[in-house]
Amino acid sequence: MNLGSLLSGTLTDTLDVSLPLFRVELALAATVVLLLLCRMLPVLRRFDSALVALGGVGFALWYAWCDLRGLPGSPWALAADAVATVPGRRELFGGLVVFDSLTAYIRLLLAGFLALYILFTKVSGIPDREDGADFYALVLGAALGMCLMASANHLLMVFMAVEMASVPSYALAGLLKGRKASSEAALKYAVYGAGAAGIMLYGISLLAGLLGTCHLPGMAVELARMVGEGGSGQVMVLTLGGLMVAVGLAFKLSAVPFHFWCPDVFEGAAAEVGAFLSVASKAAAVALLLRLAFGLGDPAAATAPGAGAAALVGSADTRHFMVAVIALMAAVTCTLGNLAAYGQTNMKRLLAYSTIAHAGYLMMGAAAAVAMMGVSPEGARKAVTALAFYLGTYLFMNLAAFAIVALLRNRLRSEEIASYAGLVRTSPGIVVVTAAVLVSLIGLPPLAGFISKFLVFASLAEAIQAGAEKPLMLVLLVAGGINTVISLFYYLRVLKVMTFDPPPESRVGESFPLVSLPGAIVTALAVPVVVLGIFWSGLYAAAQLAGRFAS
Amino acid sequence: MPFAETLSQPALWPLSAIVFLPALVAAVLSLPIIPKAREEAIRWITLLTTAVVFVLSLWMAWPTLFGAVGPAQFTVGEAGMQAVVKQPWIKAFNIEYLLGVDGISMPLVVLTTFLSMLAAAASWPITKHVKAYHVLFLLLETGMLGVFVSLDFFLFYVFWEVMLLPMYFLIGIWGGPRREYAAIKFFLYTLFGSVLMLLAILMLYFTSDLRDLSAEQLVAARVVSPALDAIGQADAVAAIKTAKEPIHTFNLLALAQLGQLPQSPFAAVTLWGMSLETWAFLLLLIGFVIKVPVVPVHTWLPDAHVEAPTPISMILAGVLLKLGGYGILRICYPICPGAGLTLAWLVCGLGVVSMVYGAFAALAQKDFKRMVAYSSVSHMGYVMLGLGVWSAVAGNEFRWDAWAQGVNGAMFQMLAHGISSAGMFFMVGVLYDRVHHRNLEEFGGIFNRMPVYSGLAVAIFFAGLGLPGLCGFIGEVLVTLSSWNYSRVLAVISAFTVILTAAYILWAIQRVYLGAESKGPHGDHLTPITGRELAIATPLVFLAILFGVAPQTIFNYVTPTVNRQVETLADWTRRVRPDAPAAQPALTVDAAAKATAMR
Repeated sequence: MNLGSLLSGTLTDTLDVSLPLFRVELALAATVVLLLLCRMLPVLRRFDSALVALGGVGFALWYAWCDLRGLPGSPWALAADAVATVPGRRELFGGLVVFDSLTAYIRLLLAGFLALYILFTKVSGIPDREDGADFYALVLGAALGMCLMASANHLLMVFMAVEMASVPSYALAGLLKGRKASSEAALKYAVYGAGAAGIMLYGISLLAGLLGTCHLPGMAVELARMVGEGGSGQVMVLTLGGLMVAVGLAFKLSAVPFHFWCPDVFEGAAAEVGAFLSVASKAAAVALLLRLAFGLGDPAAATAPGAGAAALVGSADTRHFMVAVIALMAAVTCTLGNLAAYGQTNMKRLLAYSTIAHAGYLMMGAAAAVAMMGVSPEGARKAVTALAFYLGTYLFMNLAAFAIVALLRNRLRSEEIASYAGLVRTSPGIVVVTAAVLVSLIGLPPLAGFISKFLVFASLAEAIQAGAEKPLMLVLLVAGGINTVISLFYYLRVLKVMTFDPPPESRVGESFPLVSLPGAIVTALAVPVVVLGIFWSGLYAAAQLAGRFAS
Repeated sequence: MPFAETLSQPALWPLSAIVFLPALVAAVLSLPIIPKAREEAIRWITLLTTAVVFVLSLWMAWPTLFGAVGPAQFTVGEAGMQAVVKQPWIKAFNIEYLLGVDGISMPLVVLTTFLSMLAAAASWPITKHVKAYHVLFLLLETGMLGVFVSLDFFLFYVFWEVMLLPMYFLIGIWGGPRREYAAIKFFLYTLFGSVLMLLAILMLYFTSDLRDLSAEQLVAARVVSPALDAIGQADAVAAIKTAKEPIHTFNLLALAQLGQLPQSPFAAVTLWGMSLETWAFLLLLIGFVIKVPVVPVHTWLPDAHVEAPTPISMILAGVLLKLGGYGILRICYPICPGAGLTLAWLVCGLGVVSMVYGAFAALAQKDFKRMVAYSSVSHMGYVMLGLGVWSAVAGNEFRWDAWAQGVNGAMFQMLAHGISSAGMFFMVGVLYDRVHHRNLEEFGGIFNRMPVYSGLAVAIFFAGLGLPGLCGFIGEVLVTLSSWNYSRVLAVISAFTVILTAAYILWAIQRVYLGAESKGPHGDHLTPITGRELAIATPLVFLAILFGVAPQTIFNYVTPTVNRQVETLADWTRRVRPDAPAAQPALTVDAAAKATAMR
């Protein structure tokens, strides 16, 4: 093959195959550039950067929706293009990135989140007009990295995407420039992130060195063969490498014991930044976890040509190891997050621990999915569906929760739970909305949070039924149930303070009517929490599309 | 099923209206249409809503009263499920909007709507945040009614949990001095129980497989709609039978059919040495007995009942406790009969322990309301004993008519206790509104100050005591008699508990109503009963007497369904436990007739 044909081959691959399925990322990247130009060129400075960002995100959202709608098996396919316009699965850019239903779903989720998020930050007043361009450029840049996390198919891409999502986040954490707490949060986050990234990179190099490739499907074949053959210390090095990669993932997921940054960063940074980190970052991290686990543990790899006789055992062993690690981390993360949330007096810190706990529930679903991968593909698909659904509802719940914190901060000049005392007397509307959101986070019907939790628990029960890692799944199911009860305390405490306690005499600021722009935003974010608890067929159908990636 | 077909179901509107009308009015009330300050209007709207719901439920339950028997109305004396509404909700999980009533749930629905109406009337003294109170109150009513009419386990669970939050706030905001503690305790206990229930639901769901059921069973369980013509039914059955993957279900009727199969799928699976059936039974039982409540998980009850405002105490004692008993009767036994058979000793034992413990605790109370609360623990013990008496395992005698007697007695006891305990709490509330204390030692001479009130109160307390001729007697006697066949020791203990009950109630009457004059503060505030209070107390007393004199009014509804369920389960026992003695007396003795004859 000469250079000419290689070049033309690459060119067709890039232009004809890859770029059309990469429109979402391209739209985001173009918007980032536009935002930076807005900052530099005096002519463009007059434009409101939030509107520019919103316009760009609108394109991304549309493309993301088109991609999801066009997937094979989608119930929303247009009659005109009844033949699926989008492939079910295709590797882009020579295998660095993969486009499949999970990519499409997570991108749609992220784009939808960004649109709501920009609207919300526009109302909440952080960033101010001066910082706007910087802020939205960073947010969109990080979101671009998150889209890549959801579609990474190559360890190099995994690392690049994680860093691309993390580095702008460090800067975002330090957004409140004059504030000591904010700078401290940014520094802590950056140092912690750098450490985690270093460990992850080391793990990647160990894996790549031993397996001879960074391409996930290729790695799966090698891994199955090597683990199946066993012995000679190789497996130990592989284990070490895998655990090191898991450290990087755990950092992004804020899983125990790599969660220490989370409360500090959330408390120090603005609530708006917390919303971004807790929703978007979490969704991308869960997608990446699924990518890696499903990529490396693919049962099909065991029967690939050249895999060797022992590959079946090796593949099963790999999955067992991954399930054990994820499950253990899930149980500990969930329990610790819920217990630590107990003593918090700052609302943002409480939500940080709530985020950690929810990472635990999400990882329980991931554990069930990986456990059923080799035993019951249908069950694995359902578990991924449950996770996708969870992320969809989690978007609204947590964004609404942080929006309430931010907008109350604007009124009360405080984010302490105690400052919310007796809010029901002056602003009953906002208290009702808060109650809906927090109760949904506990997971009580008829709210969306219950359905998500129900689906995750159902996946665990199905794994038990299918006999996939039965003892571990049982432990997870019981741990999930107990944690639901524990979490009741601290969410309810906030509601208790808002309703039962008398208002402080020194209350600054007036009432918070729901019939106002901030009130409308909060209500708009909370309405899906109620509606998705009763009419959840639509979101579930979309999540089912995402679940198809596991087949 | 197409939507037009759903709309044509005769029971759709009446049943849905009974359940959702309160929630709808609550939603309207919470909008700023009616200003907060118009408290009187809000109270009247709520009372009117509960009254409409009551009339609707009465229209369903008592068709002859309204002169017509429509297809949506209840046919008294029929055992099966009636007025079924079926509409798919979430197809991916086979979750349905499946409602229906039978002889077990219909009386409880009417009890709920009736007590809600009285409680709404009893809410006039509430002056704090009137609007919020009534919104939450109406939401609570929707939750309670939804539980009684749901035939889909998922829907049941949703309604079960919907009750929690309104109740938490109703106790926590409008309650007494220790309201916050009581509210969170109530919430925690119930949530713990319901999480266990959720685990059981998931286990049962994933083990169930509709393909195991025959065509007749599928139609009987409403999995295949009986409204379809023969061809449509055959098609639907064939679609289920030929499915490649197992078809899981949340349908309670189908789960019961599966649980009663000779090779129950729930008994086949084992977990840590116990069958899934046993696990599910235990998890569900814990969830339900927390609500009943039985010793040792009863400790939320005295706190919640004492701290809650009077109308909420009436609802708590009158309806919420019945949800536990209803759940055991509707879900535990039909779905897990094998475990029910093996664990009958546990259910009966819990019942007797609560009975005795509750009575002794009531005897020791100084607080009037706390005494009434413990009397509920004691009285609900009879319900547990009646439900648990599975004479088939007695070994010496296999008398399933005795079991039917026990379950009928338990159902009667639930309804009677709904009347008497709500009445007792209301009577305590009337006094508390006047003198603002509940110390049993600081009353006295109320008969002189409030003669009409005292007469009604004593009647209600006697009903609680179980005086023959009043409603409390029938249930207790039937349960005690039936338990004789199961265990003589338990029967003797439960009979002797009546003496303890008499002791604490008579002692309380003596200290509060008799004597020369009130010993406590605010004695001069003891004004005669008002018209509103009279309007609440009189129907309760009337019903307490009516059910005591003419128990058939209840048994006509309850007995056919209960007897059929017992008959089915006894039949199941004979098939699955062939070693049990075969001699079966026919079920000729009508429990109701027996009760009247006995008196």
